[in-house]
Amino acid sequence: MPSSTTPGQLSPDHYVADLEETPLKAVDAVDESEKPRSSARDAWDSMRTRPLFWISGVLIVLVIVIALFPGLFTHVSPQTNSLSNSNAGARSGHPLGFTFQGYDVFSRVIYGTRASLLVGILATVLVTVVGVVIGSLAGYYGGWLDAVVSRIGDIFFSIPTVLGAIVVMSTITDRNPLTVALILALFAWPQIARIMRGSVISATATDYVMASTALGVSRFRILLRHVVPNAIAPVIVVATVSLGTFIVAESTLSFLGIGLPGTTVSWGGDIDNARTTLRTAPLPLFWPAAALSITVLSFLMMGDVVRDALDPKARARR
Amino acid sequence: MTTTTDTQTQAANGVVKGAPLLEIKGLNIGFKTQSGYVEAVRGVDLTLGQGETLAIVGESGSGKSTTATSIIDLLPGTGKVTAGEIFFEGRDLVKLPKPEISDIRGRLIGYVPQDPMSNLNPVWSIGFQVEEAIRANRVASGKDVRKRAIQVLEEAGLPDAGTRLKQFPHQFSGGMRQRVLIGIGLSARPKLLIADEPTSALDVTVQRRILDHLGTLTRDYGTSVLFITHDLGLAAERAEKLVVMYKGRVVESGPSQEILANPQHPYTQRLVAAAPSLASRRIQSQIAPSAVHGDAVAEAGSDDARRLQAAHEREQIAKHEAPDFIKVENLTKVYKIRQGGFKSTELKAVDDVSFEIPRGTTMALVGESGSGKSTVAKLVLQLESITSGTVTVGGSSVGALTGKDLFNFRRRVQPVFQDPYGSLDPVYSVGNTIAEPLITHGVGDSASRQARVRELLEQVSLPISMINRYPNELSGGQRQRIAVARALALKPDVIVLDEAVSALDVLVQGQILNLLTDLQSELGLTYLFITHDLAVVRLVADKVAVMQKGRIVESASTDEVFSNPSKEYTRDLLEAIPGANFAFGK
Amino acid sequence: MLWYIGKRLLQLIPVFFGATFLIYFMVFALPGDPVAALYGDKQPSPQVIAEIRAQFNLDKPFIVQYLIYIGHLFQGNLGTTFSGIPVIDQLKQAFPITFRLSMLALLFEAVAGILVGLISGLRKGKIFDNSALVVSLLLISVPTFVVGFLLQFFLGIKWGLFAVTVSPEAPWGDLVLPAIVLATVSFAYIVRLTRASVSENMSADFVRTATAKGLPRRRVISVHILRNSLVPVVTYLGVDIGSLMVGAIVTEGIFNIQGVGGTVYKAIQLQQGPTVVSFVAVMVIIFMLANLLVDLLYALLDPRIRYAK
Repeated sequence: MPSSTTPGQLSPDHYVADLEETPLKAVDAVDESEKPRSSARDAWDSMRTRPLFWISGVLIVLVIVIALFPGLFTHVSPQTNSLSNSNAGARSGHPLGFTFQGYDVFSRVIYGTRASLLVGILATVLVTVVGVVIGSLAGYYGGWLDAVVSRIGDIFFSIPTVLGAIVVMSTITDRNPLTVALILALFAWPQIARIMRGSVISATATDYVMASTALGVSRFRILLRHVVPNAIAPVIVVATVSLGTFIVAESTLSFLGIGLPGTTVSWGGDIDNARTTLRTAPLPLFWPAAALSITVLSFLMMGDVVRDALDPKARARR
Repeated sequence: MTTTTDTQTQAANGVVKGAPLLEIKGLNIGFKTQSGYVEAVRGVDLTLGQGETLAIVGESGSGKSTTATSIIDLLPGTGKVTAGEIFFEGRDLVKLPKPEISDIRGRLIGYVPQDPMSNLNPVWSIGFQVEEAIRANRVASGKDVRKRAIQVLEEAGLPDAGTRLKQFPHQFSGGMRQRVLIGIGLSARPKLLIADEPTSALDVTVQRRILDHLGTLTRDYGTSVLFITHDLGLAAERAEKLVVMYKGRVVESGPSQEILANPQHPYTQRLVAAAPSLASRRIQSQIAPSAVHGDAVAEAGSDDARRLQAAHEREQIAKHEAPDFIKVENLTKVYKIRQGGFKSTELKAVDDVSFEIPRGTTMALVGESGSGKSTVAKLVLQLESITSGTVTVGGSSVGALTGKDLFNFRRRVQPVFQDPYGSLDPVYSVGNTIAEPLITHGVGDSASRQARVRELLEQVSLPISMINRYPNELSGGQRQRIAVARALALKPDVIVLDEAVSALDVLVQGQILNLLTDLQSELGLTYLFITHDLAVVRLVADKVAVMQKGRIVESASTDEVFSNPSKEYTRDLLEAIPGANFAFGK
Repeated sequence: MLWYIGKRLLQLIPVFFGATFLIYFMVFALPGDPVAALYGDKQPSPQVIAEIRAQFNLDKPFIVQYLIYIGHLFQGNLGTTFSGIPVIDQLKQAFPITFRLSMLALLFEAVAGILVGLISGLRKGKIFDNSALVVSLLLISVPTFVVGFLLQFFLGIKWGLFAVTVSPEAPWGDLVLPAIVLATVSFAYIVRLTRASVSENMSADFVRTATAKGLPRRRVISVHILRNSLVPVVTYLGVDIGSLMVGAIVTEGIFNIQGVGGTVYKAIQLQQGPTVVSFVAVMVIIFMLANLLVDLLYALLDPRIRYAK
């Protein structure tokens, strides 16, 4: 490689690259060719390239449609039974056979979707709203408010969610999807509150919050406009996964006989009913269990995809 | 390449001083990314002789660290050497099997990493981490390991090494941790030491002591040093040979002195012109721009002249204006620090600080980390409450302001913070970020605000198309321009610049400093310029106050402080500027 | 370290009173007749009702009821079960079985979970990692009681590899299958947590420095990557003890184990509210104490916690 200029003054080991091979670019130039990318857009672009997103997305939409319009999927009523069909196998119009009590398994699985999903969504919305509000206020304002709220959170946190729900559910008489969701949320909110609090504290300590303060933006407006939007990502991830775990919790309670009452069609209850004939006819237990697991799985997968999309570090590592 | 004497020393046996220890030829390094294959390093050649020190200089993203880590097969993530050879003592490290590389690491090639805070394992004691290096490289065994560990740490300049072995990294300061890392790197007396920005995270005075120490040690042991740095002044001061990298390629290499005095490649010329440590020297000695070659330099030189001119103008302004547009008197800030249980101790972050700044001028507040300089900035901005003393801006006492008055005060005094990645809200587009102050203060309607945002973008020399971009797409310098635009939106009188250019690459830093000086003369702004970097101060400040441990130890005009520092601490700081000892010129 | 232990103990006191109060409040102070609710649709005789009212002091103001309950708790009096046996006596019998079951489950999930998670994290993106991820997601999605039935059906009933139910003495061999069932969900969580932690630590600066020191890869993995990845796993184990307790109720119910969980399961099935409340209260207290232990373990693993004041 030849030196470019004035070799005479230079010592022999002074090497200069050819200018044509190493062209000089303007310092800190703006590349105007690229499209603007907000972090939301980045997240979306990252999600939509993943097959897992589409698989779990389609499953979730399907589950929601089934829960809203179960009649679209089966014309058999889940509430009518005939003991003559007890544990009968599949036949035309009844693809999954019958339970011990002679109910149609397919219809029970379809109609059981609503209760599980309702409890999951209700409980998730409740913990998210409560957790986000409490966590934000505690983390942002700090001081005595934070101390009090954190101690109260510790108390609820010291009671495992389902264990607490077992105690309360075994003592109340009015059991429906709303009470189940309420009670699950009662013991579960500190998790979201803790995450939100930590996230808010780190978002509050940023220079952009200081810059906004110096602009004269009011404290509450900074919380709403700058802190919460930047702190919410981990909560979204946990909430998505929570939806799945609440559905599991509800089914566990129903399985124990203290979740939704026997009159409500639910997967957990059906699994409990089918266990007595597990040795002879395992399928009536298998199908609601499969529906339950697939539903939970789709929310967990979605949670994974969302986490990777919202956390640029995880995205880079993947 | 022109430097090869073709004595490739494949059979390197004798230990000849200056004989090649490390030879890199045609090195290419690529990274696999989601958008394809990216070549981070292309065709790099360099030769390092025994006992020599060679510095690779470049900005972030130039490929300098990548080149260095590839030598001992420590490339991050998907990085891979795709072509070229790395000869170390005649063996090609690229082709060596993993166990043999592992044997070379530590024993023959030591490594000192960049960030002392993250490079020691937080769960193991210091002693454990040093001893494990000594054992792995079979330097000592049995009880001698401990002795050797103490010796290594003491050599690296860590006092009371014996008692400190049991302590954990989080109980050490950054400087102490860096000494531990240097001790580990040199523990096996390697033939080559790779030092990757070993002191960039430290205060200048600490940096200087550690580098002096490292220089002595490697000279005593006859260790060759491959030194990676972004600081041209530092490189020239510490290394005999220089390799300048730009966008993954070597643009110039050779003897340090010669490159600095006679840079050939336009990029090197730019770097030499912009290096604050060297440039400030030049202004001070009034060397005419023609003393350096190349267009880029001449251009930068005329910038210097323009800045000097601006400084003279400001001096004139200062004479006509009242000297106390900003007046800080006996300012004190005490923090209560909760200790275990219910006790709390008081920390005087700012202790009886007084200074004045005339309208339209710049005062620099200089100090090392923990000196209290940033706290002063927050007090002036009323982001923290004053414990005692007063701050007056244009006649009104800042501490007494509340409600509406405070809100109005915020229009007049605006900040620009250090971290260009933290000072802009990532969920706000550039347009919304700049418009936020206008909306907050109810300036104009939506259309006129849009117009003002465009005007501001123009003022900070950014294209209008930026308006819909988001901070994550911008470079550090561009973010800092946006932060400046936001600060200017309300047409303030005063801007507090808290380490506003410290995190930027040197060329970008120069650009932003120019922008700030231009804006000052255009808009008559008053700057309070907080920095740890004395070299930068010389370029922008009219007055300087030096802070140490919460107090102002010296305060005078910039020229006075630089030419005739009265306090020893100031002299230490000045001495510690990298390149300050470097005899510039022929 | 002493500081830390003292602080944790002090913090435990309000949590202890708060949690017991909360449970007591939810059961006895909410609107409605608690006694009627406690027995669901199997209402006991008026005589039993009177006894229950006396036992829980339902005629006195709520706060007094609670204080008497706490007083009894400290004297070791946890009330009596439906059949008239003191809860404490039944607990003495049942607890060791549940303790052994949980220890076995913890051992399974920790050893297997960390191992699989470590390999997964080290080989990110390879076949092993991807299959481990899929399997762990599946295991988390299938509720414990379903896993219990499936394993009971296949391993116990169909293939006869394990005992279908556990004999009253609960020998270790009988407990293996229930422990595996109990461990599945947590195993999956530990795999995922360890994997994430390992892959994060792999790119940590201090791991690169450790390699640069000349340490062999084995040592870098065991001493630096694995050791540091254990810190979040241990934290998780604390929370996990809670889900193990819920799991114990379900698992012991399915395998008919006469431990604490099995007792609660039966009491729920027979709608014996007071027994459920007494036993669950004890479980919550055990959970708190176990968490204290985990916190101390955490401090042992992470010197930054140990030396913090």
